[in-house]
Amino acid sequence: MLRDLSLDIGPGVTALLGPSGSGKSSLLRLLNRLADPDDGTVRFKGEDVTGLDPRELRRRACMVPQLPAPLPGTVADNIRYGPGLFGRAVGVERPLELAGLTRLYADREADQLSVGEQQRVMLARALALEPDVLLLDEPTSALDDYTKRGVERTLAELADHSGLSMVLVTHESGQAERMADRIVELRSGRIAR
Amino acid sequence: MRINVTLLEVAASLVLVGLAAAVSYWRRADLEKDLGVAVLRSFLQLTAVGYVIQAIFDSDSLWLVVLLLAVMVGFGSWTARRRAREVPGALPPIVLGLATAAAVTLALVLILGVFDPKPRFLVPVGGMVIGNAMTAAAVALNRLADEVRSSRLQIEATLALGATAAEAARGMVTRSLRSGMIPLIDSTKTTGVVFFPGTMVGMLLAGADPIDAVRLQLILLWTLMGSVAISAVLATTLGYRGFFTSAHQLRELPPKER
Repeated sequence: MLRDLSLDIGPGVTALLGPSGSGKSSLLRLLNRLADPDDGTVRFKGEDVTGLDPRELRRRACMVPQLPAPLPGTVADNIRYGPGLFGRAVGVERPLELAGLTRLYADREADQLSVGEQQRVMLARALALEPDVLLLDEPTSALDDYTKRGVERTLAELADHSGLSMVLVTHESGQAERMADRIVELRSGRIAR
Repeated sequence: MRINVTLLEVAASLVLVGLAAAVSYWRRADLEKDLGVAVLRSFLQLTAVGYVIQAIFDSDSLWLVVLLLAVMVGFGSWTARRRAREVPGALPPIVLGLATAAAVTLALVLILGVFDPKPRFLVPVGGMVIGNAMTAAAVALNRLADEVRSSRLQIEATLALGATAAEAARGMVTRSLRSGMIPLIDSTKTTGVVFFPGTMVGMLLAGADPIDAVRLQLILLWTLMGSVAISAVLATTLGYRGFFTSAHQLRELPPKER
């Protein structure tokens, strides 16, 4: 699907903009090795990703999915899951706060929350891994306008204050312009601008 | 204890097959051809295996028993593989599941002194063990494919948090194992109340004492539980790997066949 692609993604917020089927989500999946290219190389901080432990790569470049996919259990269970895979215990308050949720959410069943709240849990779950980069796969596409703006504000604050880099996949040029330091536009698997 | 069944008596039971074909024709179920094939294949296969078993009993050779069971494992694995065709690379886990189930089960019943090491016992018990192990492996792997297909988002979201393939698939593997084991457990619960199992029916028809028939049936049912567990656990705990690459990536699945 992706062809003749050469791209450097630096710090800050980079938007991958394009219509459905343009290859932007596929590109995102190459960055954390949920998929591999048939040909070519993907580097993370100068290192070929095929030479890295895929689990550690995914911790450092952590993805927030397009649709919330909470694990069974409470919000706290969801937040602790990722660090637990690496043998680390984390407090849940800080990730919740960064994701724009209060500590009152910790004991609620994740699958009982609204889609917008669940998407914030997905964000908190990723932040609990203390990644270097957040890979955001259309994180607001399932949300209404009001909720979307709220999540956008949360992401903007994170980018401003935490120094976290982000790669944001979106099909909305308005969102790309509001959020991103640079925009890479994809069409039919190629860079359009 | 010996009974004789004439071919005429066997042929008489075809009346019931005719009834099934009539139902199919009447309700346009389009199963008449399948019924015909089933009748023909069951006649040919059982007759052939009857002569093979007769020859093995006459020779009293344990090597021939092992050879027959190996052939059964081969055919059983091939059949289970066809039923679980959506599971990538399913054949090795199925072969291992069936072969281990047969070997462990038969070894245990011999060591515990339940049966004598004679072809007369090993062939029918081995056949039942392999048949049930095959069904359990196929059911469990089919369920696993359905689970992976319906939980794709969940699996990838979990992998994206740094989970290994094993960690991402754990819940699905457990649920698939359960679905492979539950049919036998359920039928064992209802045995004697809702239906009479085959061994017991066969022994009663052959004129055996009912209590002897029941005891032998219990041995077989309880033995099958062990073999089904071995087969399903090996098929699922090894079979899930086919869905993932060595880099803990979920493979693309082909579209579901209707």
